[in-house]
Amino acid sequence: MSVTITEARSSSPTQGATSAITMNHQPSDKTLALSVSNLNVRLNHKPHTPILKDVSFDLKKGEVYALVGESGSGKSITSLSILRLLPDALTITKGKISLPETNLFALTEQEMGNVRGKKIAMIFQDALTALNPVQTVGAQIAETLKIHTSLNSSEIRHRTVELFHEVGLPDPEKRVDWYPHQMSGGQQQRVMIAMALACEPDILLADEPTTALDVTIQKQILELIKQLTISRQLAVLLITHDMGVVRQTADRVGVMYKGEIIEQNDCVAFFENPKEAYSRQLIDSLPDMDEYRSLEREAPLLKVENLQIHFPVRKGLLQRVHSHTKAVDGISFSIGKGETLALVGESGCGKSTTGRAILNLEKATAGDIWYNNLCINKLTRKEMLPLRKKIQVIFQNPFSSMNPRMTVGDIIEEGMVSLGLEQTKEERIQRIESLLTRVKLEPEHRHRYPHEFSGGQRQRIAIARALAVEPDLIICDEPTSALDVSIRAEVLDLLLELQRELHVSYLFITHDLSIIPHIAHRVAVMQGGKIVEQGETEQVLTQPKHEYTKVLLEAVPSVH
Amino acid sequence: MDFEIGPGLFGEGFMWTILWSDVLIFLLVGAIALFVASFRRNPQNQENWRQVFSTRLGMATFVIIMSYVVIALVDSIHFRKALPATEGQSSEQVFYSNDVNSLLDLALGEMGDRPERTYSAPFALKSWNKENLLLPDGERVRDYPELTFAGAHLENPEAFAKDVALNSMVGIGKGLALALALIGLHAFWLRRSQSGNTGDGDTSPLPWKSAWITFAVIMAILGWLITMGNLYHVLGTDQAGNDTLFESLKGIRTGVLIGTLATLITMPVAISLGLAAGYFRGWIDDVVQYIYTTLISIPGLLLIAASVLLFQVWINNNPQFFEIGLEKADAKFLALCFILGITSWTTLCRLLRAETLKISQLDYVQAAHAFGVSHFQIIKRHILPNLSHIIMISFVLDFSGLVLAEAVLAYIGVGIDPAMASWGNMINMASTELSREPSIWWNLSGAFFLMFTLVLSVNLFSDLVRDAFDPKTKLETA
Amino acid sequence: MFSYIIRRLCYAIPILIGVNLLTFILFFIVNTPEDMATAHLGDKYVTEEAVQEWIAEKGYDQPLFVNGDADGLGTLTDTIFFNKSLKLFAFDFGTSDAGRSIQSDVLERMGPSLALALPTFFIGIFVNISVALMVLMFRGSNLDRFAVVVFVTLMSISYLFYIIFGQYYMAKMSRLFPVSGFNDGIDGWRFLILPIVIGVISGIGASARWYRSLFIEVSGQDFARTARAKGVSEAGVLFRHILPNTMLPILTGVVVVIPVLFMGSLVMESFFSIPGLGSYLLDAIRAQDFAIVRAMVFLGSVLYIIGLILTDISYTWADPRVRLS
Repeated sequence: MSVTITEARSSSPTQGATSAITMNHQPSDKTLALSVSNLNVRLNHKPHTPILKDVSFDLKKGEVYALVGESGSGKSITSLSILRLLPDALTITKGKISLPETNLFALTEQEMGNVRGKKIAMIFQDALTALNPVQTVGAQIAETLKIHTSLNSSEIRHRTVELFHEVGLPDPEKRVDWYPHQMSGGQQQRVMIAMALACEPDILLADEPTTALDVTIQKQILELIKQLTISRQLAVLLITHDMGVVRQTADRVGVMYKGEIIEQNDCVAFFENPKEAYSRQLIDSLPDMDEYRSLEREAPLLKVENLQIHFPVRKGLLQRVHSHTKAVDGISFSIGKGETLALVGESGCGKSTTGRAILNLEKATAGDIWYNNLCINKLTRKEMLPLRKKIQVIFQNPFSSMNPRMTVGDIIEEGMVSLGLEQTKEERIQRIESLLTRVKLEPEHRHRYPHEFSGGQRQRIAIARALAVEPDLIICDEPTSALDVSIRAEVLDLLLELQRELHVSYLFITHDLSIIPHIAHRVAVMQGGKIVEQGETEQVLTQPKHEYTKVLLEAVPSVH
Repeated sequence: MDFEIGPGLFGEGFMWTILWSDVLIFLLVGAIALFVASFRRNPQNQENWRQVFSTRLGMATFVIIMSYVVIALVDSIHFRKALPATEGQSSEQVFYSNDVNSLLDLALGEMGDRPERTYSAPFALKSWNKENLLLPDGERVRDYPELTFAGAHLENPEAFAKDVALNSMVGIGKGLALALALIGLHAFWLRRSQSGNTGDGDTSPLPWKSAWITFAVIMAILGWLITMGNLYHVLGTDQAGNDTLFESLKGIRTGVLIGTLATLITMPVAISLGLAAGYFRGWIDDVVQYIYTTLISIPGLLLIAASVLLFQVWINNNPQFFEIGLEKADAKFLALCFILGITSWTTLCRLLRAETLKISQLDYVQAAHAFGVSHFQIIKRHILPNLSHIIMISFVLDFSGLVLAEAVLAYIGVGIDPAMASWGNMINMASTELSREPSIWWNLSGAFFLMFTLVLSVNLFSDLVRDAFDPKTKLETA
Repeated sequence: MFSYIIRRLCYAIPILIGVNLLTFILFFIVNTPEDMATAHLGDKYVTEEAVQEWIAEKGYDQPLFVNGDADGLGTLTDTIFFNKSLKLFAFDFGTSDAGRSIQSDVLERMGPSLALALPTFFIGIFVNISVALMVLMFRGSNLDRFAVVVFVTLMSISYLFYIIFGQYYMAKMSRLFPVSGFNDGIDGWRFLILPIVIGVISGIGASARWYRSLFIEVSGQDFARTARAKGVSEAGVLFRHILPNTMLPILTGVVVVIPVLFMGSLVMESFFSIPGLGSYLLDAIRAQDFAIVRAMVFLGSVLYIIGLILTDISYTWADPRVRLS
C-alpha cells in the first residue's frame, strides 16, 4: 500500500528496513528502546488470511509512538505480540521483536516472564476488567514488585503509596487497600498505570487506555502518560483509534490498515501532509469546528418541562425506600420542527434516561413532556400507541439494536405492522425497498439477517427502521459512538440529508462534542441530571458560559 | 385405547392398542421435528448445526442416538393378537390376547418368546442350575439340564462352534447388506442434490463417511444380534428364564421415553413461567420465584419418591381405570415422567427468567416497545426465539441425567413398574445376583452397555450442541 | 449483614409454609387416610373396622383443617393439619407408622450419615478441583482433550454401576475392604473407606469437567492477561488470580449442599448397610411409612434453606464486590 514502506522492505528485508524508515523522518537524538521488524501473524485455522503483514516500527525512549487504525486492523495484536501473549488461536509466523540487547523471540518462557512487567509493561482499555476484582489494588501492585524486585513487604507498601502519589491518586495511603470496584474509571486506569510503572520499565504499551473514559478524564490520563514519558524517559506505544488523541499525545504516528502499517511519520508532518488517502480520510473524518448550523425557530414540536426521574434506593430490614437517585433532576428544553438539539454530557449524567422518558419507556417522577400540546408522559400504553409513529429512536449499539433472528425486512416491517401503516403486504415490501435504497443499501438486503452487515450498515438499517413509520422526531441515542471514525461521518451525513428532505427533528444524545457543530442547531449540556447550559450551537461552543462546558470543550482532543 | 382390526387383513385378526405413552412419543417426535424445522430457518442456527455435524463425532453420535430413537418408535406401535377361537365361541366374537406386542417384537422374531426355566449363561446350551433329571433309562441324576430353546436346532453339541461362526457371518452379512443398500441410496441422493448447486465453495462437506460407518456398524451388530438371538441366548437368561438381550432391547423405549417425556411434559410450564417472570417482573416474578424456591428446597429424590408412592396408592385404589396390566404400568410410567419433570423444571425456569431479564433490556426489545408492539408479539418474536438455544441445550443436557436417574429410582423402589422392561429394574435385580457364588454377571451387561452407549452418545452430542449454540463457549473457541 | 440474615430467615418462613402445604396436599388430600390404611393393610380383604382402627391408631382420625367438635382453640389444633403439619415447625416429628419416635431416630442416625457424607464431600471437592487444575495446566494439548473424553465417559456411567462394581471388585474379589456394615467409633473407618472412595470416584467425571470449564471461562478474562503481562508465572496466574475468581460459582454449587449432607445418601448407605438417615429414609419409602417421609421432606427443605443463606454469607467472604443488603 505505502510507497515508502514497500521500497524500504524490498531493499533490505530485516533490520535495514526499520532503520531506513526511521532515518527518513527521525532525527536520531533518542535512543532505541524496542524494534519490531517484519512481524507476521496468522490465524491458525485460516492460514491464508494474515492478521499482521510485515509490521515494522521502532519505539524510542522519551517518545510516544501512536499506532492508529480502526477496529480489527491489528493494533492490539501487535502489542500482544510484543509481550508474546497472543491468544492460542494466533501464531507468529515471521519477524523479530528485540530490545537493544535481546531478541524477545529467542527467550524462554521463564526469561520472558522477567521481561514482562519489568522491561515492558502494558495497560489495557478497560481497567475494571483488567484488574483482578477480588484483590486489593495494593496487593496487585505488590505482586509485580514481589516478582521483579527484592523489596520486603513494608518497602513494597511504601513504594506502592509512592506510585499512587505519582499517578495522582488522591489519598494514596487509604486507596492501597481498596478494591478496584470501589474506584471510579479514571482512578482504576491510574492504578493500571501505577502497576505498569511499578518496576520502572523502559517500555509502556498502552492499548486504548482512554477509550472507556469520559473526555475530561481522558484528557487527564493522556496528560499523565505524556508527562511520565518525559519524566521517566519511557518509550510508549499508544494504541488508539482516535486521531484527536494522537494529535494531542504522540510524537510519531503509524497508520494501520488491515494488518499493515501503511504509513508512518513524525506526528506534526503526518497531520500536515498525510501521504495515504486512507490516512487523510482518518484525519478529515469530521469537518472543521468553525462551521455552524442555524435555523429559524418554529413553534416547538416537543417541549420538556421540569422533567424529573428518580430511582428509589432501598435499604434496611424492610427494604424501605431510603433515598432517591436523581437521574434526571428538573430539566426543561424544547425542540422545533426540523431542528436538531444535541444533549451533551458524560456517562451517567442522565441524558439517555431523558431520551427513554420521551419515548415513554421510563416513568417520569415529576414534570411534563409535551408533544404538539399533548402531555405524553401520563398516557397509558394504549393511549400512547398513535404517538409511537411520531417519535422514534436509534440506539447506540448497532449490534444489540436488532433481533438477530429476524430478517432486515421483518425488522423494518415490524413497526409498520404494529402501528398500522401501509395495509397490504405488497405496499409494505415496496416501502421497505424504497427505505433501504434511501439509506443507501440494496433492496435485496431485506432478505438478509443483521449479522451479515457491518456496524455502519446496521446503523443505516436502524435509521430505515425508524423512518418506516414516518416519524416527526427521532431520538438518536449516541448513534455514532460505537462506529469507527471513517464510518461515523457517513452516518451523520445520512442523518443530515434525511433531515433536509423529510424535515424531521432530532434529539441527538451524545458525549462527543466534536460532532456537534456538524449536526446540531442547538446544544444542551447536562451534568449530574441538570442542564447547566443551553443555547445556539455556535454560541455555546464558542462562548461557553458555564464552567463545566468550558472544561468539556477543553478536553475534546482536536485534530487541528 | 383399542382399535379393532378384523381378521383377513393380516391373516389373523389383531387389534391396535395405543398406550398414552405411545401417543406422547409420536407427538413428541412431531414436535421436535417442527421445532427443528422452525429453528433451521435462521441462517445462524443453520451455521451452528453445521458446526455440530461438521465433526465426525457429531455425525457418529447422532446416528447412534437416532438408532435408539427409531428402535423406541418401532417399539411404540402396539397391538394385541386375536386368540384362536375356542370351542363354543361364536365365530362373530373374537377375544384378544392380554399380551401386548409391538412391532419391535415382530422384528426381533422369536427372541422374546422363548422362555427357559431359569438362569443360563450367554450362548449356553445348558441351564445354570442343576436339576433332578430323569434319564431315558429311568435313572435319576442331578445335572445341568439342556435348555429348551437355545441351540435347539443343533443336531449335536459338537457342531456348536461351527454353527455360531456360520450364523454370525450370516447375521453380520445380512445387516451389512441392508446397511450398504441404504447407504448407497443416500449417497446417490446426496450426489443428485449436490450436483444442482455446485460452486458453493465456503461450506465444507459434511463428514457423511463417519455417519455411514457408524450406521453400518450398528446394522451389523443388530443383524448379528437378531440372527444369533433367535438361535441362542446371546446374553443368557434371567431368573425367570427370560432372554436378557430381549429385555435389554425392550428397555430402549423406556430409556428414550423417560429422557424426553419428563422434560417435554413440563417444558411449557418452565417456559411460560420463566418468560412471564423475566418479562413482566413485579409481583409475577415474586410469585414465580416463590414457587420454584419452594420446589427446589424439597430434596428432589424425596419429592419424587413421595409422589410416586402416593400415586401408587391411588392406582391400587382405583383399578377400574386400567383394563390390562400394561396400561397400569404405562400410567405409572407417565406419572413418573411427570413427577421427574416437576422436580426438574425449576432449573430451566431459572435460566429462562435470567435470560429474559437480560434480553428484555436489550435495545431491540426497547425498539419494539417504541413501535408499540404488543407484549405478546414482543415475547413471540423477540424473546422466545432468542431463548430457543437455551431450551434446546437444557433439553439435550437433561436427557442423559434422566436416563441415569431412572436406575437410581428403580433401586429405591419408586421406579418403573416391573411389567415394563427397563434398564433400572434389570440393574436393580442384577445387583444382588452379582454377589452370588459364582456370580451371574450377564444380566447386568445388556443394560449396562445399552445405557452407557446411549448416555455417552448423548453427552458427547450435547457437548457439541452446547459449543455450537452457547454464545459463551463460542467466544472461547473463536 | 445481621439485618440481611434476619430478612432471609423471614423470607424462609413462607417457603417452609409452602413446602408444608404441598406435602399436606400430597399426603392427606390426594390420598385420604382411608386410602393409605387400605394400602397398608392389604388391598381387598380389609374390613371397615380395621381401616378405622388403623386411622385412629396413627392419629389420622381428625378433620383436615377445622374441627367443629372441639372447643375454643381446639377447633384449629385438634386437626390433622395442625398435628401432622404445623408441628413440624417445632421439629416435633411425632411417631412413625411403626410407632417409634422419629425425632430420636433422626438424631441417632445423623452420626453415621455424616461419617460417610462429610469425608466423601470434602475429599471429592479436593480431588475434583485438583484434577481440573491439573488438566488446565495442559490446556489445549492432547492430554486436555483426552481428559475431557475421560470425564464424559465417567459421567455417562450410572452411579449404581460404580457401587456395584466397586463392591464387587474391591470387596468381594480382592477382599481389600469389608463388603458392608458399620461400626461406631474409630474402628468404623474400615467400613467407610470403600463407600467414600466410590463416592469420590463416581463424582469425578461431572464435577471435574464443570470445574475445568469454570477455570477456562475465568482464565479468558482480562485480569488473567494483565497478570501475565506483569510477568506472573502460569502457576501464579492459576492460583492467585483464576482460582480466587472462580470461588463465587464454586461456592454457589458447594455451600448449598453442606447442610443437606445431614440427610445422607439413600443409595450408598443402603448398599453398604450404613445405619444413617439415607437408609432410614429408604426403608421408610419401601415400607410406605409416610410419617417418616413427611418429616424428612420438611427437614430436607429446612436444611436447604440454611444452605442458601450460608451460600450468600460465603459470597461476602469470597468476593469483595458482594454486599448483603
